[in-house]
Amino acid sequence: MNARYLPYLLILPVTLFLCLFFLYPFILVAQQAFSVDGGWSLKNFEDVIGYWKFPISFQNTMLLAAAVVPVQLALALLMATMVNRMKKGRDLILYVWTIPLGISDLAAGIIWLAIFEQSGFLNSMMQAVGAIDRPTNFLSYQNPGIVFLAIALAEIWRATAIMLVILVAGIGLIPKEYYEAAEVFGASPWKRFTRVTLPLLRPSLQTALVLRVILAFEIFAVVAALGGTLFPVLMGETYAYQFDLLNNGAAAAMALIILAISIAFTLIIMRALRVPKGATI
Amino acid sequence: MAVIEIKNVAKRFGEYQALHDINLTIADQEFMVLLGASGCGKSTLLRIIAGLETATEGEVWIGGKRIDHLPPKDRGIAMVFQNYAVFPHLTVFENIGFGLRMQKLPNDEVTRRVERTAGLMHIDQLLKRYSGELSGGQRQRVAVARALAMEPDVILMDEPLSNLDALLRMEMRAELKGVLAESNTTAIYVTHDQVEAMSMADRISVMHEGRIVQAASPIDVYRDPAERFVAGFIGNPPMNFLDATPQGAGQFLVAGQSFAGPSANKPLEFAIRPEDMTLSETGLTATAKVVEPLGAHLLVTCEVEGKLFRAVLDSDLRVSMGDTLTLAPMQDRIRWFDPDTQIAVK
Repeated sequence: MNARYLPYLLILPVTLFLCLFFLYPFILVAQQAFSVDGGWSLKNFEDVIGYWKFPISFQNTMLLAAAVVPVQLALALLMATMVNRMKKGRDLILYVWTIPLGISDLAAGIIWLAIFEQSGFLNSMMQAVGAIDRPTNFLSYQNPGIVFLAIALAEIWRATAIMLVILVAGIGLIPKEYYEAAEVFGASPWKRFTRVTLPLLRPSLQTALVLRVILAFEIFAVVAALGGTLFPVLMGETYAYQFDLLNNGAAAAMALIILAISIAFTLIIMRALRVPKGATI
Repeated sequence: MAVIEIKNVAKRFGEYQALHDINLTIADQEFMVLLGASGCGKSTLLRIIAGLETATEGEVWIGGKRIDHLPPKDRGIAMVFQNYAVFPHLTVFENIGFGLRMQKLPNDEVTRRVERTAGLMHIDQLLKRYSGELSGGQRQRVAVARALAMEPDVILMDEPLSNLDALLRMEMRAELKGVLAESNTTAIYVTHDQVEAMSMADRISVMHEGRIVQAASPIDVYRDPAERFVAGFIGNPPMNFLDATPQGAGQFLVAGQSFAGPSANKPLEFAIRPEDMTLSETGLTATAKVVEPLGAHLLVTCEVEGKLFRAVLDSDLRVSMGDTLTLAPMQDRIRWFDPDTQIAVK
């Protein structure tokens, strides 16, 4: 076997797999989105964007991402730094912290529903300490703030660990000597974090943020469980087009819009956290 | 004035005693080398002075001020690390200026000092580069420049040349010595390389198993080892040792020959450096086992009374394996050690 062709031969199976199960369906979806009655058209996009629920679901998705991702980033950095300093029990803590990762997003939504619903833990607790007279429905249209907060909390609880594991791995790769040098040359612990950890963590931060932001735009099950129709998001609308309204073309157009937003944010994050030319991190 | 005083410093890592009761005074602007094999505690001692490690017991004073409870930045020190620790995300300029930026010095002062030290280390052409674009030697220069830019009272160096290739190491050795002499700082330099220690130091502290066994000028450490360990550690090849039996009145019998020695009337060890012997009519009888012509001289590994014994002889001599040589030690270069205490006997 010619060694020049061997690498290509070895990646052939996975390439075929990806083409068959990802690229081909993707082309079908794109085709569907851009065609009406068998002809090329932008009508599907005009329809979904012109629908009254589009601006509010777009806004909700963005607001949620804007509220959740920075909190998760800060928490994940804090937790990663703490874990990195631990000598004993490091693995145990990591396992405990990553448990929510093993729970599906719908299950996570239901867990938090059990806390916030009218007969849930929160109500019983507040009633028991006498904070409220009778059970209240927190997750109603009268309390949009609480609905938003409940969804954000559930998301933070569920998906911070995905960033944590990436950042823990990244921090572990930073040589100890950089910190010692920074300390000797007068950097306070905070300066060591901002001047050494953060810049050297840029590749991991890129990965973690891109992954997390894309997932944030795809939020669906947690919102469905906690907010139902009170809090429309882009992915929920896509689902509604496909299964409630049976409008394949519109659902495909929504899917492509979400993809476009994800790509745009990925590029922004990559650009913002790029490593300067020539620097090797 | 930055005199460094180390008083009764000890360090334990759990059960392991890394340093035992270290006492050492380093004079202002002195170049002190801590020399020893790996694991002897030399790096630990340096890190205690730097503040990267806390001593279990004892005190460290710099310039008449006790500093062992202060954070590294308040000790008036700068450090050069073995792996350079040049930040990969900063340019050479920002690396050299890192400490100055942390002190919040004005921009023009930072620029002035960075350019001056970069000039001193001959890296002024590289200021815009990143560490990934530099060779090992250039990175080393950046690390030294970063330390010098702080204009510290004391500069600490942890095996700074050990990652360079042999030729570069020799070059940097001389350069570093020159730069440090001009900078008027007190320097502590950790190395396991005795050639580096001999060539750079004003004074060498030889360390062994967490103790300083001798602190003296390079030539004293070489000529008058305080302990048998130093004699066997310094010099390449190291000193030869033979058993000596007392014959009374300061005379000792060594391999059948009588030598004048100390007045102690007990069995001692006779020690002589391989280059301090000549071929002669009378002397120690040795059988040549291996002959290595090294150009400048001839290294002959022999056996004297069944013991390994090396001699460095003139390269013009013709010696072959199996030859019997008569080696005459130079009387004033013979040293004696007590086999029980390992300490030199005069």
